[in-house]
Amino acid sequence: MNQPTPSQTIGPFYGHALPFAGGEAMAPPGHPDTLTLHGHVYDGDGEPVPDALLEFWQPGPDGSRTGEPGSLGRNGVDFTGFGRVPTDASGHWTLRTLAPGGVPYLCVAVFARGLLHHLFTRVYLSEAPDPLLDSLEPELRRTLMAVADPAVRAHRFDIHLQGPKETVFLAFR
Amino acid sequence: MAVRQQYGKPPDGLDQHVVDTEAADVRGADHPPRDFPPYVGSRLRHPRRPPFPVRDPEAVELRGPVFGATDVGPLDHDLTAHHRGEPLGERVTVSGRIVDSGGRPVAGQLTEIWQANAAGRYAHQLDRHRAPLDPHFTGFGRCLTDADGRYSFTTVKPGAYPWQNHENAWRPAHIHFSLFGTAFAQRLITQMYFPGDPLLEYDPIFLSVPDEAARSRLVAAYDPRLSVPDWSLGYRWDIVLGGTSATTFEEGER
Repeated sequence: MNQPTPSQTIGPFYGHALPFAGGEAMAPPGHPDTLTLHGHVYDGDGEPVPDALLEFWQPGPDGSRTGEPGSLGRNGVDFTGFGRVPTDASGHWTLRTLAPGGVPYLCVAVFARGLLHHLFTRVYLSEAPDPLLDSLEPELRRTLMAVADPAVRAHRFDIHLQGPKETVFLAFR
Repeated sequence: MAVRQQYGKPPDGLDQHVVDTEAADVRGADHPPRDFPPYVGSRLRHPRRPPFPVRDPEAVELRGPVFGATDVGPLDHDLTAHHRGEPLGERVTVSGRIVDSGGRPVAGQLTEIWQANAAGRYAHQLDRHRAPLDPHFTGFGRCLTDADGRYSFTTVKPGAYPWQNHENAWRPAHIHFSLFGTAFAQRLITQMYFPGDPLLEYDPIFLSVPDEAARSRLVAAYDPRLSVPDWSLGYRWDIVLGGTSATTFEEGER
């Protein structure tokens, strides 16, 4: 068994490096089924986190889990399954994607200055029967549910790193 | 800390002992704890509940994104070649091999690095350190690992720089690494340090890794075999991506 290389924080100065054009545009442009997901990231004082980086991974609309190359230079056709979005100065992010096939959720990784080891969570688009959702108490389950935001024709998903509304984070074993 | 108290009933198929053991594992010594008060920035940004253990062979996180020829440009691995002139500083070649916990090479995957310039200044608009920017250095590179899991970058050795964590806090020279395995659950962002740096023993971010042997795995080795004659100093840094993938799950590795 090889012991893992430890994690270290992403720090505050990744902005010239990791974000890429089209990182938030997982859905091919103009796709009629495009789903808009958006929200804020908050710290333990309820203040927005303006220097977080979120990554998303999900099956294609057909349920495929193999992904496709080309996230960093999207060709306008392929669905790669991968997205990367920095939060803006108000701690807000927006993702445009297609609903995943076969499961009701998108996988999320959260990186930020102050986080020595990133966090995993999930965004659930519906309350379908699911091994994780089924094992959580209702008030915790709610932290993983995107809520319809009809005013902007989108789904909203806020991430609370700490505090009374703390999001459920995950460890894969 | 009992997960039952934090979450209510345990997930299907796991008894309380397994859940508690795994929750303790999650807080094991290979990675830094997320709650580490000496690193001031962590105080309001770490969850208070331990992460919820998921053991599900159907979890989407056991697979991950893939990358290819259109994701990386031919000069992306050479950070000294992104501008018309040569950057200032000590030119270095940083190479190594990326494997999973079972020693299997991580082939064809995206590796990204970023760093300060030789004077200790990032090409980032919010970095206000009074050290010069280098018009010939941005400090960002990418490559894909080869079939054997190897990566290689040409860059300059980054400088140390002060930060506001405490009085006279200086970050040791480091290169940030962003790594993908075969599963999203293996995702890793970390920092590579240089051997013999006197700042390491004062740095709360480096020291956040509780186990000394684990910390030492963040420090590259000078390797004359990687040095290019009359051109660059060679450093070797091998990386192990822990975390669960479809393969490690099936083989019962931890």
